[in-house]
Amino acid sequence: MANIPTELRYSKEHEWVKLEGTTATIGITDYAQGELGDIVFVELPAVGDDVSMMKPFGTIEAVKAVSDMFAPLSGKIIEVNTALDDDPMIINRDPYGEGWMIKIDISDQGEIEQLLDADGYNQVIS
Amino acid sequence: MNDSQELIRTPFYNFHVEAGAKMVPFAGFHMPVQYKGITAEHLAVRKNVGLFDLSHMGEFEVSGSDALAFLQKTTTNNVEALEVGQIQYTCMPTPEGGIVDDLLVYRLEDRYFLVVNASNIKKDFEWLQTHVFGDVKLENLSADTGLLAIQGPNAEKLMAKLTDYDLTTMRYYTWARAKVAGVEILFSRTGYTGEDGFELYIPAQHGATLWNAIVEKGKPAGLELIGLGARDSLRLEMKMALYGNDIDETTSPVEAGLSWIIDFDKEFVGKDIILRHKLEKPKRRLVCLELEGKAFPRHGYEIYDGDSVIGEVTSGTFSPSLQKPIALGYVPRGKSKAGSVVEVAIRTRRFKAVVVKPPFYKEGSHK
Repeated sequence: MANIPTELRYSKEHEWVKLEGTTATIGITDYAQGELGDIVFVELPAVGDDVSMMKPFGTIEAVKAVSDMFAPLSGKIIEVNTALDDDPMIINRDPYGEGWMIKIDISDQGEIEQLLDADGYNQVIS
Repeated sequence: MNDSQELIRTPFYNFHVEAGAKMVPFAGFHMPVQYKGITAEHLAVRKNVGLFDLSHMGEFEVSGSDALAFLQKTTTNNVEALEVGQIQYTCMPTPEGGIVDDLLVYRLEDRYFLVVNASNIKKDFEWLQTHVFGDVKLENLSADTGLLAIQGPNAEKLMAKLTDYDLTTMRYYTWARAKVAGVEILFSRTGYTGEDGFELYIPAQHGATLWNAIVEKGKPAGLELIGLGARDSLRLEMKMALYGNDIDETTSPVEAGLSWIIDFDKEFVGKDIILRHKLEKPKRRLVCLELEGKAFPRHGYEIYDGDSVIGEVTSGTFSPSLQKPIALGYVPRGKSKAGSVVEVAIRTRRFKAVVVKPPFYKEGSHK
């Protein structure tokens, strides 16, 4: 069974969001990494770039398929997980921890309400 | 393809589910695509030993006094050259010079044993039936035949724990009949990985006995279960063609680089056209491409020379052994020499690709 931590928020496109003040850390869910299989590399935006809710912010190339990642919230990139360049399979091993992808400074707090909680996301994948 | 909606379970289905495999529909069968992960499974076969369930593959028997003449007519390689105990890679050509399927032909004591692709079982059998003449008996054994492959540089070590048969003198592309885990079976020194290995043809009712024995003897030595995902990347690193991707009814065996399995000194279906491909030289060739950068070439991506589309990727992956993107694809003959440079379009970008000599992976253990 896919792991869905209750302290996180989720998008229907299988991203998770960890909120700390106006900073949101974003990654993909355990379910998503399981469906993708071994991740070969990820393409992420640069620090300073703007991302918009529901718009693609990067791509994941996995052995089985390539997929776009959609920003769960709007904001400006403040940090990118560069460790994924050398070892993208961190995402397979630890999707909610070391496998995080980007941190953004949220530009619209109102968007947070549109995210799902763990129960809501569980319904999306079941 | 299986016509009904119901997917077929191989004799090893329950073992896959128990092992936590991700199961997918493939050619009408429930098949494991991966267990631990494609990369780890791939490397286990390259470095140690892996176990594959290939029971979806089709098995036919051809017997009767005209069996040899029939196979000479319907396949491209020279079946007459086969001694009892030997195996040959070959293909069934179409009258138009394409490929119905690629297959293995085993010469048994008094008959021939054919191993065909899962997705083509029905098509192949019907096609062969329409070409039968004289005293030829054709039988489809696919439903009752399980197939397990043990592949990797340590495959012989593992097999030696399961059988008393002398494996040290058993050559590549030969078969034997012997007791393995107490069950009399036919097995061969063959595979689709570039590594040393064995393929075991197992009557369905003995499936559990063989599986349990192989896993019990293999686990302490690091045996891994291998799914179809790693099977694909292993064969691709060796430039072994996959029917439906790299070869099909529209591709000539000559342009696919399979001239070595064609005997032009005999008569066979489509010979005149295939001979013309050979003599006139094909317009395009299936080549090995190595790409640069973070690219993942996939089936159907276009190949460019400057602004012109000159071909298509037929298979691609990120090679776990070489740690770089690799692909097979057809390009015009003028661009098919090793060292030629082309580009592969991957979504919005183009990536430089260099034609290299096969295979991509050169350290394979098979002999």
